[in-house]
Amino acid sequence: MNVYLPIAEISVNIFIILGMGTGVGMLSGIFGVGGGFLMTPLLIFIGIPSPVAVATEANQIVASSVSGVLAHWRRGNVDFKMGSILLIGGVIGSTGGVWLFAWLSTLGQIDLVIKLSYVVFLGIIGSLMMVESIKFMFNQRKGPSSKKRKLHQHNWLHGLPFKMRFRKSKLYISALLPLAIGAFVGVLSAIMGVGGGFVMVPAMIYLLGMPTNVVIGTSLFQIIFVTANATFLQSYLNQTVDIMLASLLLVGGVIGAQIGTRIGAKLKSEQLRVLLAAMVLMVCGKILFDLILTPDDVYSITSSGGHL
Amino acid sequence: MIIRFIIIFLFLFNLANWPAKADALVADLSKHVVSITTGFTGTELLLFGSTDQEGSIIVVVKGPRKEVITRRKDQIGGIWMNKDSITFEGVPSFYHIAMTDPELFDLPVTAQLRHEIGSANIKFEAAPGTQKNIITPFRQALIRNKQKAGLYSVEPSIVQRRGGQLFRTDVFFPVNVPIGTYIIETLLIHDGEVKSATTTPLFISKVGLGAKIYRFAHEQPALYGIVAILIACLAGLGANWLFRKS
Repeated sequence: MNVYLPIAEISVNIFIILGMGTGVGMLSGIFGVGGGFLMTPLLIFIGIPSPVAVATEANQIVASSVSGVLAHWRRGNVDFKMGSILLIGGVIGSTGGVWLFAWLSTLGQIDLVIKLSYVVFLGIIGSLMMVESIKFMFNQRKGPSSKKRKLHQHNWLHGLPFKMRFRKSKLYISALLPLAIGAFVGVLSAIMGVGGGFVMVPAMIYLLGMPTNVVIGTSLFQIIFVTANATFLQSYLNQTVDIMLASLLLVGGVIGAQIGTRIGAKLKSEQLRVLLAAMVLMVCGKILFDLILTPDDVYSITSSGGHL
Repeated sequence: MIIRFIIIFLFLFNLANWPAKADALVADLSKHVVSITTGFTGTELLLFGSTDQEGSIIVVVKGPRKEVITRRKDQIGGIWMNKDSITFEGVPSFYHIAMTDPELFDLPVTAQLRHEIGSANIKFEAAPGTQKNIITPFRQALIRNKQKAGLYSVEPSIVQRRGGQLFRTDVFFPVNVPIGTYIIETLLIHDGEVKSATTTPLFISKVGLGAKIYRFAHEQPALYGIVAILIACLAGLGANWLFRKS
């Protein structure tokens, strides 16, 4: 059964979209990742114009983050003060990112920038995950290690001005740091169509030194606003948000996340993590090959009013 | 509304013209409006007509004209990226050609150019200020890419003649067909000359839910963005509510 997507202006099989939504939703249920970094490339692979894929995925992430943050909020795992600083940075970053996106589109370089960003970030994240989980499996065989870690290290980052106290995170650090991290992730979110949790979470743990229990909830909290801002600006400036596509992805995503959470509770997470890492690296490899291999036709056309 | 008037006007204009050359050439379409609905997967229209004169029939379908940017990729640091580009103006967004005998067709080049017969003769110009000497490959690439997208004919299709006077041809509009007003020109050619010509309009538009979404997104982009966010928030809340129940 085909459905015509009004903004993407192509006809797609409804079950492919629902299936992708369910599949990626399952993965996010199992691993607790947003899934944007898998969904956006998948949408591009099936022929959705990349500006539409990026903007529509931002819209879908609003929904999954709203749903996710409530669960963390109930458990008191959201640092609203830290989240607000991050989101101020995020809103600035994603606003800049959408402008950058529109500018790169007129130059004809947006596809390249989207793909290169994916290659770089998926490459880094995939390799790190792969190394980490293999190491973990290896260590487990040798028996548990008795390494103890400090809460966080002090370095030059703690000498920055505008210090603020974040009670929930038990931190006293410069507000500039979360502001900068938020802004950086905001730009990524606008250009790549991701929530940016995969960059935000490590940054919060390793750069800010936040306790892990509040990291996910706080990151979800700020992702809602950053992706909402990206959705608004993408619709306003570029008219690339496809509500029809977003709704189909949402339906699949909700069902998938339900199944995923249940599966995730039963399965061994280390082995699954290797699988996820392998998948991330595969997507990365596919995008990289597309950039390197000689294209069938070195010429391409676009209507100046948008995509073909 | 305005578009509907234009169609009626063109239609009446055609009717008014018919009696004068009624014996020469008449042509019409099975439908003058194509609606792109949510389930749209492309459509085929029948063009039919009659003539009592000798000669071959050529049918040229042209979609609304738009500006198109053609870009060329170059390998830079091992990666293929867009480098040079040329903007072309007045490019028909759709082009289809059909004729009775592609082999016997003997029209002089000037007439071929005037009536845009054959994809090599489609009229569109590079934006002013473009270097003249590099245009040709970009122009060819534009036509090639349009053909690949199914929007331009590769080879002329066949106009069938029935019983001497009647003729018919099928025109296929693919799923990615651009919206707007199309002009369908039917020509009667004899002895290397255009003896008679008639034009028929066709309007392609989006209707139903898809059309409403498209119009909403383009006419009120700010409100559309807010609605998109609200839908997502409600869906998120709904999903959460479902989770808690189960």
